[in-house]
Amino acid sequence: MINAVGRDIPEEILEITGKDVFRGNHYFDGKQYKKHGPTTTCVINSNGSKLVSSIHDVLVKCGIRDGMTVSFHHHFREGDYIVNMVMEEIHKMGIKDITICASSLGKAHDPIVPYIEDGTITNIQSSGVRGKIGEAISNGKLKGLAIMRSHGGRVRAIVTGETKIDIAFIGAPTCDDYGNCRGIGGKSNCGVLSYAISDARHADKVVAITDCLVPFPNFPAHISMTQVDYVVEVDAIGDPAKIATGAAKPTKDQRKLMMADYCTQFVVNSPYFKDGFSYQTGVGGASIASTISLAKEMKKRNVRMRFGVGGLTKPMCDLLINDQVDCLLDTQDFDQDAVESVKHLRHFRISAGEYANPFNKGAVVNKLDFVILAALEVDVNFNCNVVVGSDGMITGAQGGHPDTAAGAKCSIVIAPLLQGRIPAICTEVTTVTTPGESVDVVITDYGIAINPRRQDLIEAMKDVDLPFKTIEELRDIAYSITGEPEKVQFTDRVVGIIESRDGTIMDVVRQIKPFEFTEE
Amino acid sequence: MKIKKPAIAGTLESSDCQVTVEEGEGRIELSLESVVINQFGNQIRRVTYETLERLGVNDVKITIVDKGALDCTLKARIEGAVYRSVGQMEHLPWGGAVR
Amino acid sequence: MNHPDKKRLRRTMMFLNAQKPSLIKDPYIYKPDSIMLDLEDAVAETQKDAARFSLYHALKEINYRGVERVVRINGLDTPYWKEDIRCCVAGGCDAIRIPKTESAKDVKLVEDAVEFAEREFGRQKGSTLIMAAIESARGVMKALEICEASERLFGIALSGGDYTKDLQTHITGTGIELMGARQNLVIAARAAGVQCFDTVYTNLDDMEGFRQDVQTIHLMGFDGKSIINPRQIDIVHDIYTPSAREIIFAEKVVREIDDKKAKGIGVFTVDGKMIDIAFYDGAKRTIALAKASGVYKGDL
Repeated sequence: MINAVGRDIPEEILEITGKDVFRGNHYFDGKQYKKHGPTTTCVINSNGSKLVSSIHDVLVKCGIRDGMTVSFHHHFREGDYIVNMVMEEIHKMGIKDITICASSLGKAHDPIVPYIEDGTITNIQSSGVRGKIGEAISNGKLKGLAIMRSHGGRVRAIVTGETKIDIAFIGAPTCDDYGNCRGIGGKSNCGVLSYAISDARHADKVVAITDCLVPFPNFPAHISMTQVDYVVEVDAIGDPAKIATGAAKPTKDQRKLMMADYCTQFVVNSPYFKDGFSYQTGVGGASIASTISLAKEMKKRNVRMRFGVGGLTKPMCDLLINDQVDCLLDTQDFDQDAVESVKHLRHFRISAGEYANPFNKGAVVNKLDFVILAALEVDVNFNCNVVVGSDGMITGAQGGHPDTAAGAKCSIVIAPLLQGRIPAICTEVTTVTTPGESVDVVITDYGIAINPRRQDLIEAMKDVDLPFKTIEELRDIAYSITGEPEKVQFTDRVVGIIESRDGTIMDVVRQIKPFEFTEE
Repeated sequence: MKIKKPAIAGTLESSDCQVTVEEGEGRIELSLESVVINQFGNQIRRVTYETLERLGVNDVKITIVDKGALDCTLKARIEGAVYRSVGQMEHLPWGGAVR
Repeated sequence: MNHPDKKRLRRTMMFLNAQKPSLIKDPYIYKPDSIMLDLEDAVAETQKDAARFSLYHALKEINYRGVERVVRINGLDTPYWKEDIRCCVAGGCDAIRIPKTESAKDVKLVEDAVEFAEREFGRQKGSTLIMAAIESARGVMKALEICEASERLFGIALSGGDYTKDLQTHITGTGIELMGARQNLVIAARAAGVQCFDTVYTNLDDMEGFRQDVQTIHLMGFDGKSIINPRQIDIVHDIYTPSAREIIFAEKVVREIDDKKAKGIGVFTVDGKMIDIAFYDGAKRTIALAKASGVYKGDL
């Protein structure tokens, strides 16, 4: 069945998943549903302790068995030890058919690939899969379907009960013996625990794992003892050097600086750039550079930001320090400066649900004026691909991309026109992860294209001195340089689905096929 | 042109390719590794054969490790390797066999 | 021979290693006036042959979108320069830069080889321009004869690194060591009616120092600057952008002189003051610079 972005979703996949095809961003606006509540085990007796001595014992206490769903957060990023530690123990116990529901998985989790191959793990739900797990899925090693969700979509799946988490594992930088968790402090300081908050609310069993046990009460708690069943203390939950890196040096690459400059010029000339505007950006070189140049323009034009959202980095936190923004809303901290900034009074932690869940009574992304994003590919319909690499391999994450793009009044994607020989602007993306209806502007080093759906922006920019082109022109320039790319060859087997924010199917990902020459 | 001794041209840097030519076994034998093989594998092969044909090379073992080179770079590296293999540095047929 | 591009605008001339595909594939996005595809110092001795193939196909197949393509060939004391010239003429480069030029004879030598190559490859005679880089005390002393050596020669450039070594000093960042050479070269170039370009500024971490350096050479009368990184382009173009006052005055001068000449009148006045015909070329140049800088929207 063809969906709203023109992708043909096989009937068989609709049947297996019981899902509908994507019908547009606002299809479910006003929908009513009942939230999923967890099966809860009361702790009334005051003599007990929540401390358990090992991962093995806590798995036993939680009643781990074949077919269960376990969940993880990715605040420790490439420094995470929790996923591997828990899955190794589950594997040792001979448990099979586990579903991993993670907010993201990365190269740090390469060691769990053998557990995919031997059937310990048969399903993966994640907002992103990098490294060897992505390769394993693309090579058809996972028995079930991988489900790729945005951050907001993940919370929706958990809240609606579409995904029922049996055991949530929460890596906590600090925790007391009664389960009050904080993202701040300890050795593995990650600032916030935003992605774990829905897991703690909706999982049947919640296990906090910490390497910094502190005396009760660890207040104010980011995740409350009222939701935590057990606490396990281990030697290390992460590698601090890889959790929050030092602030990235501002790029000196003129190509990125040029795109950042185009972006800032676009932003300041748009109707949304006025006192009290809101803004979110990512961690790419050009995104960071555009925040830095935007800050200068704000100062010059005496314009103040009401709130900034992130995925935060130093340049965003500098806005707070320099009093150019009223407050920051924080779901994740990418560098040490952002972690430190969490202490600031006007730096607020928000949950992934508050941030982006489309099945809330509204989310922060809906209040965004601007979001600055990246993409692997953008097609002439402005559909973006942020998950599947040009070799057909799963190698990225939706993260908040579809959420913020859908919510923000002006969604800007920055991408260099050519990634080596791969054109970033193409006729049809390999996989649609963010629909073109959400994307307003694409900025490349060769020019800027405004989505024709946004005639208002085209009108607003008509006297602005920027290199505007149509998206087709950008594609044609790219193809004139590289030659027209052929499509990646896949087998028929579907190995994963790209879920839209609302749980419908945006696209499918197929098993990779080794390249064969088709010409004589 | 007859490949005399093994020769190599190009690098493994992004947007470049490394081409090695060796004496063949009576035909063109191409081994291609490319970061863009899915999108441009056929085109790279076509350009390789066309370039060798122009140079009059029909007996060669050619190995290409491609890091996303454009056609102009690919041709340059193949020609570079072939002319190195025959030791010709001057009086090159610009605009003739090299084009 | 009157090549239409001989006096084109050349504020920035960006050096690029001719054998680095990632550098030569799209430098035009940064909008330098000229690029300098280098076969000389940037290319290792063992890669001189490979670089030519890379250069040839770049010249033939990459659309540089109006950016002038100058090639720096290897020195006349090397075994490479003749084949370099064949390669770049066959590829259709816009101009050739001769390194380490010390005499009119050097220029003539290259001129002859270029002319021979133009015949060999069926290119129009005179279509390939020449510029000379001056890198020694002798070259500085011979600047005028170098400037006047060939109709093809559109300009000379100072190459500071080698020149200061020859002078037994070094690049200081203050420009003091370059004073004499800069002054000499720009005077010789003007005397001969050709352009003059300044040496590179290599410290990319000192953008303020770079800006001051460009301001100095702009005031000295140089036509432009050799650059090594696209980050330097905007600064040069910024400094070479005429002020609004200069543009208005230039516009008046051009209109007045065009107008009066058409009527056969030989006396020109602007804002009530008499002006000389000698103002004309300068005013034209100001308009051209203003256009290139994107600040002139008039119809001249």
